[in-house]
Amino acid sequence: MSESKVLVDVNNLQKHFSKGKDMRGRDTAVLKAVDGVSFQIRQGETFGLVGESGSGKSTVGRCLLRLYDYTGGEVFFDGQPLGKLGEKGLKPFRRRIQSIFQDPYSSLNLSLNVLELISEPMKIHGIYKGEERKEAVAALLERVGLKREHLYRFPHEFSGGQRQRISIARALSVRPEFVVCDEPISALDVSVQAQVVNMLEDLQSEFGLTYLFIAHDLSMVRHISDRIGVMYGGRLVEVADSDELYDNPLHPYTKALLSSILETDPRKGSQRIRLEGYSGEREAAAQAMLREVSPGHYVALD
Amino acid sequence: MTKRLLSVEDLQVSFATRDGENQAVRGVSFHIDAGETVGIVGESGSGKSVTAKAIMSLIMPPGRITAGNIEFRGERLTGLSEKEWRSLRGNRIAMVFQDPMTSLNPVKKIGQQLTEVIRRHRGLNKEAAVAEAARMLLQVGIQNPEQRLKQYPHEFSGGMRQRVMIAMALSCQPELLIADEPTTALDATIQAQILDLFKELKENSDTAIALITHDLGVVAQVCTRVIVMYGGLIMEEGTVEDIFYRPRHPYTEGLLRSIPKRGGGSRERLIPIEGTPPDLLDPPPGCPFMERCPHAFARCSERPPVVELTPGHRSMCWLVESVQNQTAVHAEGGDSGE
Repeated sequence: MSESKVLVDVNNLQKHFSKGKDMRGRDTAVLKAVDGVSFQIRQGETFGLVGESGSGKSTVGRCLLRLYDYTGGEVFFDGQPLGKLGEKGLKPFRRRIQSIFQDPYSSLNLSLNVLELISEPMKIHGIYKGEERKEAVAALLERVGLKREHLYRFPHEFSGGQRQRISIARALSVRPEFVVCDEPISALDVSVQAQVVNMLEDLQSEFGLTYLFIAHDLSMVRHISDRIGVMYGGRLVEVADSDELYDNPLHPYTKALLSSILETDPRKGSQRIRLEGYSGEREAAAQAMLREVSPGHYVALD
Repeated sequence: MTKRLLSVEDLQVSFATRDGENQAVRGVSFHIDAGETVGIVGESGSGKSVTAKAIMSLIMPPGRITAGNIEFRGERLTGLSEKEWRSLRGNRIAMVFQDPMTSLNPVKKIGQQLTEVIRRHRGLNKEAAVAEAARMLLQVGIQNPEQRLKQYPHEFSGGMRQRVMIAMALSCQPELLIADEPTTALDATIQAQILDLFKELKENSDTAIALITHDLGVVAQVCTRVIVMYGGLIMEEGTVEDIFYRPRHPYTEGLLRSIPKRGGGSRERLIPIEGTPPDLLDPPPGCPFMERCPHAFARCSERPPVVELTPGHRSMCWLVESVQNQTAVHAEGGDSGE
């Protein structure tokens, strides 16, 4: 996999939000949600992004989707910079980069039926027409485990897992190359999570998709990701192959995070590393740059 | 010698909806002893939260308890007046909800809210109540409690608010604490801290905890006993070891299989439970898991009996019943039943 080309190249990405403005409209306080993040995602791989709420992981995802303008840095998709593009220049990328969000209850328009929901992106990007489009939607629907007779039903008639399947079909309707999955299974029941994860994996190998998988469920992230980046306070503190990261974490925050995974085995108590002591080191860690300590394993330590 | 704290007998709760009666809980019986930590596990719609609310007498119309009996220390809870409840709720039975954002009053300082509870339930004077509130905050791991008491809920993070809620629940030294998904909305590191708190509580006091969750990791780490709910019924019940090492219900087995294993090859394929939970507006008359069960056979369309495998380990499944009947011929004795 390491020979495949880099599809997404994030280069010193920064995204700051204004927390307050003075009377002249200048920022008085700035929240550095993402503060200099760099990583690459190769074609066909799944890159996992973990971290607690407020670490900036979702902001990175939204920057890659160009839902936000960047404060600094650049994101290259297939070699082309996205940051300076206007909406017109972005349109081809809007097709090639798709997204799946956490809450299938609020991310689908409740007044559209399944056929309209899934064919809407096709319409925007001019893919298929009329009867052909309907056939394509029906085929997609079957591909994600729903039935043709669901075409004319509305979102409220489906369970959470089924709605997430509709979101996935919608994202895939325009044949994207890269999908940002922001907590796609967090709102689903345990028994349904595995269904959706298996489906995402099948679709990946079938369509050659590349995923950015943002999540806080650490055991599921390990399962689905080839490589994982750990975010803390708007910075990437560690990046490694997923097994390497879990077996050999180097950054104190990664260690604390991994030690908080609950063993699903009552006889194995987890030896938890408390975070309290670490918060003082946070400033120092924020300054450290990612360094490669072993092939493919990067960590930000002094 | 264990003390029976709570016993629930054939509890049934339903909600009137436009489309008919939603039978959320359809005949649930279990008990909780003093000092125990019991996990109530199930997915959304399994009836676990409704059961908790029924115990606390918090079922509001259009919902109602249609049948069953709930006893607390031998005293009947069903049918108590709201006034009688007030001396019980918070005082002897306390509850912590999932969402700490909505359960605190946003326009009152944390200190006011805590001391109010302490003064009402413990009859302390103001200074003593403030000191007690500070002690409770410290106990749940909140530093600088004196300062913190003067702050409003919005100045606390989500994890801290949840700890305040737990402090509030514990400040009355309840005999039973019902926690409904207390860590679901929190980050992994904060979740671990809160669970440590529950573990300490288990070791240092006689308070029994009913922990409602869908997270099997939480159950494995904190609970002594587990109740597995599905489709408004208890599918299996037993000690943590029974449930995690000797599951005897296909649903429990499926749940345990569907979580990714730690350690082994990370890219191993997951084994999901196919299908979706039953519609409780029109619940199947037999086993609710029948449609998704890999072992289902004709008899599953009748409601299965609850079979006691070993003392305290019960499973509601025809499969277990048939195996049990065969072995019963060989090994007589070990009578079951409440």
